[in-house]
Amino acid sequence: MELFLKIAAAAVLVLMLFYLWPTYKQWQEHGPKAQKGDWQAAILPLGAVVLFVIVLIMAVR
Amino acid sequence: MANPGFTVAQATQSAISTNKVLKNTYMLLAATLGFSALTAMLSLALAAPPWTYMASVIVAMLLGIFVLPRTANSSAGIGVLFLITGLLGFGLGAILSLYLALPHGPQTVGLAFGGTAAIFLGLSGYALTSKRDFSFMGGFIFAGMMVVIFAVVANIFLQMPALSLAISSAIILLMSGFILFDTSRIARGEETNYIMATYGIYLSIFNIFISLLQLLGILGDD
Repeated sequence: MELFLKIAAAAVLVLMLFYLWPTYKQWQEHGPKAQKGDWQAAILPLGAVVLFVIVLIMAVR
Repeated sequence: MANPGFTVAQATQSAISTNKVLKNTYMLLAATLGFSALTAMLSLALAAPPWTYMASVIVAMLLGIFVLPRTANSSAGIGVLFLITGLLGFGLGAILSLYLALPHGPQTVGLAFGGTAAIFLGLSGYALTSKRDFSFMGGFIFAGMMVVIFAVVANIFLQMPALSLAISSAIILLMSGFILFDTSRIARGEETNYIMATYGIYLSIFNIFISLLQLLGILGDD
């Protein structure tokens, strides 16, 4: 049962890759490019998430 | 010469419709999260076996790939969305019962829940108040998703704890990026279908919760 579920999950994930591929290509080729300061504005909250997760891990240790 | 009155009316109309999509998305998100909590409690009460999680995720993914995009423009889409989120909640219940059986399990589950809520509220608030366009992250996020899916497929069979940790960490970062990306797209009127918008944000929240639970479970005292 478990092996069957593992194979099914892997198959569905591979299927998902096929569905994601055109979306990825479209964003890569036609998506808007970052302007000056855009990445800084994104890295700031993502960095905060990383720090927050580290605090949560320290809380359970 | 352009009619300024017409331009102002057009802009107002566009802002109203954007606000409507945002309001509908958050209302539907609250309803689907509540429904998932109900089905998770049902799963806990029925003591669903652990394989229920994988089975629920497989069916939910298939519904998300094949059925939801075809029904998202009709009221049937709402029913499909509730079916998907209900299934994911039911599967989550089976995982939660494993964690709750650990000595510090309830604390870990509580922290993962609170942490997920804080990450979602913080990132959504940031995306909405900064009014920045995060759609430049699209290519990067989808590339990251594909790499993570490859790693997940490999780890289904390899079962390496270190790879599990790396995958969970990457998923938290990617889904955080998705929250910024999706929220800014809704706020800027680029996403007009609130069913698909809700589905995207729901999946981000669900994945952050599961990954945080796994990280705290592996790195915690238990």
